[in-house]
Amino acid sequence: MQIYLPIAEVSVNAFLLLGLGGLVGVLSGMFGVGGGFLMTPLLFFIGIPPAVAVATEANQIVASSFSGVLAHVRRKTVDFRMGTVLLVGGLIGAALGVVVFNYLKSLGQVDLLVKLSYVFFLGAIGGMMFVESLRAIRKSRSGVVIPTRRKHGLAHKLPLKMRFRTSGLYISVIPPVIVGIVVGVLAAIMGVGGGFIMVPAMIYLLGMPTKVVVGTSLYQIIFVTAFTTLLHATTNFTVDIVLAVLLLVGGVIGAQIGTRIGTRLKAEQLRILLAIMVLAVSGKLALDLLIMPSELYSIGVESGH
Amino acid sequence: MRWLVLLFALAAMPLKAEVVVLGLSKDKVAITTSFEGSEILIFGAVKRESPIPEGDPLGVVVTVAGPSEPIVIRRKDRRLGIWVNNESVTMDGAPSFYAVATSAPLREVLTPGEDLRKQVSIPRALRSAGALHEFKDTATFTEALIRIRKRNGAYVVNEGGVAVDEQTLFRTSIKLPANLTEGDYVTRIFLTREGRVVSQYETVIDVRKVGLERWLYTLSREKPLWYGLMSLAIAIAAGWGASAAFRVLQRQ
Repeated sequence: MQIYLPIAEVSVNAFLLLGLGGLVGVLSGMFGVGGGFLMTPLLFFIGIPPAVAVATEANQIVASSFSGVLAHVRRKTVDFRMGTVLLVGGLIGAALGVVVFNYLKSLGQVDLLVKLSYVFFLGAIGGMMFVESLRAIRKSRSGVVIPTRRKHGLAHKLPLKMRFRTSGLYISVIPPVIVGIVVGVLAAIMGVGGGFIMVPAMIYLLGMPTKVVVGTSLYQIIFVTAFTTLLHATTNFTVDIVLAVLLLVGGVIGAQIGTRIGTRLKAEQLRILLAIMVLAVSGKLALDLLIMPSELYSIGVESGH
Repeated sequence: MRWLVLLFALAAMPLKAEVVVLGLSKDKVAITTSFEGSEILIFGAVKRESPIPEGDPLGVVVTVAGPSEPIVIRRKDRRLGIWVNNESVTMDGAPSFYAVATSAPLREVLTPGEDLRKQVSIPRALRSAGALHEFKDTATFTEALIRIRKRNGAYVVNEGGVAVDEQTLFRTSIKLPANLTEGDYVTRIFLTREGRVVSQYETVIDVRKVGLERWLYTLSREKPLWYGLMSLAIAIAAGWGASAAFRVLQRQ
């Protein structure tokens, strides 16, 4: 069934979009990530204009994160205070990101920036996660349990300290605000929630306990992506509501299935699978940049008319 | 009714050797949610006061041009080992859709001079639509534009696609793709004798989004804040709905 998207101005197969939404939803439910880093390149691939794909994807992430955060609120695994501090940074970052996005769009380099960010961040995070989970698997096989030690890093030395009860932390607000800004910029430029960067940053940089990380990350992602959606909608007019609805219907159903599959796998197995997937996407995008494209020319719509 | 209009049009024609009288299967195209493209039948007759002239048979050229939009054509070059957009050419306006159908090979029915004057073939139509800003090697850029748009069906050349009966009646069909931009689609018909245009007719096909498509598009442009808030409300409702449904399922 073909559906004409009013903003993207392309006609696409509705079942294809439902299927894509579902597939990415399963993965996001399994791994606790928004899935934007997979969905946005897939949308480029089926011919949705990049600007529309990025803006609409932000809107879809609002839906999947909201669905996810409700489950975490019931389990009391959301640190609202930390989430709000991250959010302050996130909103500043998102505003910066949209400005950068529009500037690069006028230069014609937005595709390159989006692709380079993907290759770099996916490659780095996928690689780190792969190595880390491989070690964890080896350790669990050898049966040696190494106790985790609380490190007193930079976050404890900087001024403006604040107590985060749910996370059991007493640290400066500067590192979380910076993490928030970085993720906010990426959310606006890449059309992702940034969960795949936020989650490792919260564990390794801020030292938050793993059980509150996913819920807190989702909580602040809702607001950052909602803000990004509004900015794209009011400055670029690129949010396609029909596309968003098709994706999120598939997405929320897929997420429920994914969550069930996820509970049957071990944490290290899940992490290594996610790492492989992230590396594969990064590798594919890197190859596209390195191999000579079959069509050297591209047509863009001149902005500001 | 349409034939009646045609008859009146025939009666009101000025005195010319050969004059086009035109009909369209539809002069409005509605883009609905389930829009899958559209086919428009363009048909007409040649009205003449004198017998059919001798010599080469009558040539008919039909063009349909979509609304113009300013575009940028960019070329990728290798920089530091990766392929990045480098040089670009800006055009003030290039038709989002352009179709040419002729009764015989274009070169036979239209001389290059006439093509230049009337801007019929794709390269000529492009030149008229958008004055190129830069004075560098723009030819390869326009060629690329034509190549890409021909591939995705936005630019169509159908030589021999116009059927002419008895040098009087002609008809052709123009396929409008599903990825259509809304606006006025200017339709031109040229009658030619030995490559020269003897008569010309112009009309407009109105392509508009309707219903839900129209409403959403207008809302997104005129009240972008409300549109954005509505998108968010839908997302929040769907997220809440999925969570609630899942809880119900889990209890069972």
